[in-house]
Amino acid sequence: MSIDLGSEVPSFALPGVDGNDHSLDEYGDAKLLVLVQSCNHCPYVQAWEGRLMAVARDYAQQGVQVVAVNSNDVSRYPEDSFDEMKARAEKRGFPFDYLFDEDQSLARALGAERTPEVFLFDEKRKLRYHGAIDDSRDEDAVTNSYLREAIEALLAGTEPPITETDAVGCTVKWK
Amino acid sequence: MIELLYWEGCPSHPEAKALLEQVLAELGRDDQIVMTEVRSDEEAERLRFPGSPTIRVDGSDVDLEGANSRPALTCRIYYLPDGRVSPVPSRKQLEAALR
Repeated sequence: MSIDLGSEVPSFALPGVDGNDHSLDEYGDAKLLVLVQSCNHCPYVQAWEGRLMAVARDYAQQGVQVVAVNSNDVSRYPEDSFDEMKARAEKRGFPFDYLFDEDQSLARALGAERTPEVFLFDEKRKLRYHGAIDDSRDEDAVTNSYLREAIEALLAGTEPPITETDAVGCTVKWK
Repeated sequence: MIELLYWEGCPSHPEAKALLEQVLAELGRDDQIVMTEVRSDEEAERLRFPGSPTIRVDGSDVDLEGANSRPALTCRIYYLPDGRVSPVPSRKQLEAALR
C-alpha cells in the first residue's frame, strides 16, 4: 500500500548510474521532486520512458527534479542489474538520475507496487500526486497528462486537478 | 489450437485476449482461446514461457523473435510496426499468425 497524499518523502541515499551516490538532501533546492519507481525490463516502463524523459527536460529549468529508482530483485530479473541500468541510461540518454535501490528500502518506504509509478512531492516534500504518468501507454491515445498537469498546478501554486490515479505497469519484483 | 499463456502479475493479458478475440472475429473465426495461467518459475521453464502474454497458434508463437527469450514470470515486450514497445502483440502479428 503506497504512502498517503500529504506524506513526507522518505529519506534515501542510493547509488546512481552516473557513479555517484544521491541522497534526498542533494535535491533540497528542487521546487518539486518526482520519484518514479522504474526498472529496465518492463514494457510499460519502456512505453512511457520517452514521455518521462520529456517531462524531465521540459521542467528542469523550472526546478523540477525527476529521479527514477529501480528496486527490482536482480537475481530473478538480471535485465535490471546495476550494470544494465547504466547501459540503458547511456543508450537512451536519460536526462534524470537513475538510482539503484538494491535493498528495496525506498520502494518499501514509498509503498510502491508498479513500474512505472510516480510520486510527486512539493517544495515541502509532501506527496501531492501519486500514480500514472498519464492515462495511456499508447502515446497517441493520451487524453490526460496527469503528471504534467500536477506539476503545472504546483508550479502555479494551485492544487493538482487529479491527485491520485492507478499506476499501470509491471509489479515491483520483491526479493 | 490457440493458446494464451499469462502471468497474473502482469496486467496485459486482458488487453491481449480482447485484441485476439477481435482479430479472430474479423477473420470470421470462432476458435476457442485456451487460457493457461503460469504461476511459478518452474512452470515458466516447463512451458517455455518467455513472458506474459504469450500467444501460440497451433504451437507456434505469434512473435518468433521473442519466443526464445529466457523463461520468466515477467511482462513480455513486443514491438509495434513503427518500432514502439508494447506489452501486447500488434494486430498485424496476430493477423499474420491466424491467416
